[in-house]
Amino acid sequence: MTDTVIRAQHLDLTFETNDGPVHALKDVSLDIQKGDFVSFIGPSGCGKTTFLRCIAGLEQPTDGKISVNGMTPDEARRARAYGYVFQAAGLYPWRTIGRNVKLPLEIMGFSRAEQNERMNRVLELVDLAGFEKKFPWQLSGGMQQRASIARALAFDADILLMDEPFGALDEIVRDHLNEQLLSLWARTEKTIGFVTHSIPEAVYLSTKIVVMSPRPGRISDVIESPLPKERPLDIRDTPEFIEIAHRVRDGLRAGHGNEV
Amino acid sequence: MNRILPALTVVAIILAFWTLAVIPMNAHITADQAQRSGLEITPEEPAARQDISGLALALRNPQIIPLTYTQTRPRLPSPHQVAVELWETTVKKKVTSKRSLVYHGWVTLSATLLGFAIGTGLGILLAIGIVYNRTMDKSVMPWAITSQTIPILALAPMVIVMLGSIGIQGLLPKAIISAYLSFFPVVVGMVKGLRSPDAMQLDLLRTYSANKNQGFWKLRLPSSIPYLFASLKIGISASLVGAIVGELPTGARAGFGARMLVGDQYGQPLVTWAALFAAAITAAALVAILSLIERQTLRSMGMKTA
Amino acid sequence: MTAWILAIAIWAAGWYLNHRLAHAALSDSRAYALLIPIIFGVTLILMWEVLVTMLDVSAVILPPPSMISARFAESLPLLWADFEQTIVKGAMTGYVIGALAAFAVAILADRSPFLTKGILPVGAFMAALPIVGTAPIFVKWLGSDWQSKAAVVGVMVFFPILVNTVAGLKDTSAMQRDLMRTYGAGYWPTLLKLRLPAAMPFIFNGLKIATTLALIGAIVAEFFGSPTLGMGFRISTSVGQLALDMVWAEIIVAAIAGSVFYGAMALIEKRVTFWHPSQR
Repeated sequence: MTDTVIRAQHLDLTFETNDGPVHALKDVSLDIQKGDFVSFIGPSGCGKTTFLRCIAGLEQPTDGKISVNGMTPDEARRARAYGYVFQAAGLYPWRTIGRNVKLPLEIMGFSRAEQNERMNRVLELVDLAGFEKKFPWQLSGGMQQRASIARALAFDADILLMDEPFGALDEIVRDHLNEQLLSLWARTEKTIGFVTHSIPEAVYLSTKIVVMSPRPGRISDVIESPLPKERPLDIRDTPEFIEIAHRVRDGLRAGHGNEV
Repeated sequence: MNRILPALTVVAIILAFWTLAVIPMNAHITADQAQRSGLEITPEEPAARQDISGLALALRNPQIIPLTYTQTRPRLPSPHQVAVELWETTVKKKVTSKRSLVYHGWVTLSATLLGFAIGTGLGILLAIGIVYNRTMDKSVMPWAITSQTIPILALAPMVIVMLGSIGIQGLLPKAIISAYLSFFPVVVGMVKGLRSPDAMQLDLLRTYSANKNQGFWKLRLPSSIPYLFASLKIGISASLVGAIVGELPTGARAGFGARMLVGDQYGQPLVTWAALFAAAITAAALVAILSLIERQTLRSMGMKTA
Repeated sequence: MTAWILAIAIWAAGWYLNHRLAHAALSDSRAYALLIPIIFGVTLILMWEVLVTMLDVSAVILPPPSMISARFAESLPLLWADFEQTIVKGAMTGYVIGALAAFAVAILADRSPFLTKGILPVGAFMAALPIVGTAPIFVKWLGSDWQSKAAVVGVMVFFPILVNTVAGLKDTSAMQRDLMRTYGAGYWPTLLKLRLPAAMPFIFNGLKIATTLALIGAIVAEFFGSPTLGMGFRISTSVGQLALDMVWAEIIVAAIAGSVFYGAMALIEKRVTFWHPSQR
């Protein structure tokens, strides 16, 4: 139950920019257990995306230690430990949905038969079965984002890292995708790291909410959600839900208060 | 600014290749000459030398390698020879001399600039007509686009002769070639530019009930300027090529094209090379001047340079 | 006087017809988009014919279209031979060599960001130069047959294709590259699966610009020396003999060849880059 998959200890990251150094992360420590659904929430510039990119090995911390499955992020990436979903779907317009999903499989050298089998399975998971012959630009924004989630799931990594995946979608589509994501998480038992700037989204989805604040980017609160694993959409009207949302909001406000 | 060092490196690589290529390219004529002046050359038979490559010949006779760089009639002149020839025919010759490249350059440049001005002016007018007149748009625009896929430069000799036979000679025929070569790119670019404002911007003007005239001066013309400059830069180099090619078929006595022919016919490769480089420098200078004006104009209009 | 009145009448009729067609309900359909410029072209040709024949303009200045088309029809074998010499042997060979060389250099330079940074400005600069002027040099080196023409064409098409290929290979977003990194993809998978397909619209842009350059290079290079065959040779000798109908006939061939060559590239482009917003 308490397998730690991601462990960050005293992470520091400073970007050198033309306007001088920017302290993107300061003394960030966090443990993520297997099967957790962890949301990172905070205003822009709080380092939530940077932290996710550190986990993925896309960004090198200046100081501190981070391990994924007991390896460095770079090793974990080469061991295909995680799938990554970006803010935009980023599907290749010259590939069909099916071949987009197969892209990581081709690169990782899966057999042709295995590629097809996995593609069908993950497209089914995100409710896109039958769309494999379509091109990305023939699909709606929500469907494109689902296809990009399927692409991240295709090689069956244990960890799924998602960087504001639904940020560009409208509220109705977002609700629907949130519901689907939860049921996907329940079925696959993956560990999910999820960056968002929406309080309801974070509370609805997560087992653990990490509240971050900017300048320098740091963790100001970690909230373990008492909500049950089974969560219909109307759980958002319950007192428990509203109480957690309050705590998140207070955390965000406190982070801001330091600066003023 | 951080592009200068990489660009210089690429230029240095090209120059290095050129300098090395001089050895095999000139090896045969150098060997022949060296033998006549008493040097030992292997193989001794000139006929046998024809069968081996320039590189092999140079390697077997390393003593001729320095000589390949000092031929008076080289197959491939070395960079420094071209530079010296350029220097002597521009700076050291009087501008009025028939051997001065400044004089020849002005002959070609004046035709280029006159033609470019005519072509650009007419091109802008036609573009305005196309944008505001649907019939004109549908009738003319396809031809303007097609013209860019056709080697209309091939018309040049005929234009010269046609105008020559009705008594027009000298500057004007070349200017006309330059004009029609810059005309079509300007039409196509300008139409694109005048149509670049999006529906929202046009609607905004409509909410002010602005008339067509105001729409043109306040929205369409300003938004077309970046497109105009892009086509002007294409147009000016096309104009220069047109003027040069216009000098070829009639055996013109002056101009870059004439110098290239003279060097070619009288076996003076350095003259051809110098004319070629002078033409290249002229083209580069014209494009550079346009880029400078473009940057100034766009900056004063608050647009970013591409 | 009657000639002018007739010409103006033809113009008015053609313009009126096109005005009606351009403002008709179906004016945006494909057939109309083709018909209207054709009517415009026919109007101009009719006016040309009427003015030249009725005003007795000398054929040395401007031959009438009827004479040009007659010359075209009776010289088909000659025109075909010229076409083969100039377009097929000179232009096409040079085009293929130049394009392959450009791809090779682009791929070789691609691994060094420093070199690509230098190639872009230098290549764009070279592409604006009057490279046709190298024709006499290549004729001297390679003889007057098609080999020298192919060389001129090769150099002319090299730079625009190089610049577009290099620029295209740089045209991927940071997000797309990060995606490849999360898969642990190395240089070659990233090149083959992401950067090369993404570069295709640029590469084809270069290839299309180069078609016209190839024809110009092959024809103009013949002005500097050629066997007694070829479109540029025919144009320059016919101009000398004041046989302008023959010149026009060659120009028709050049126009058709240019449009077909460009059209073929555009068609392949449509097949390859069907996914690009400009093609959908």
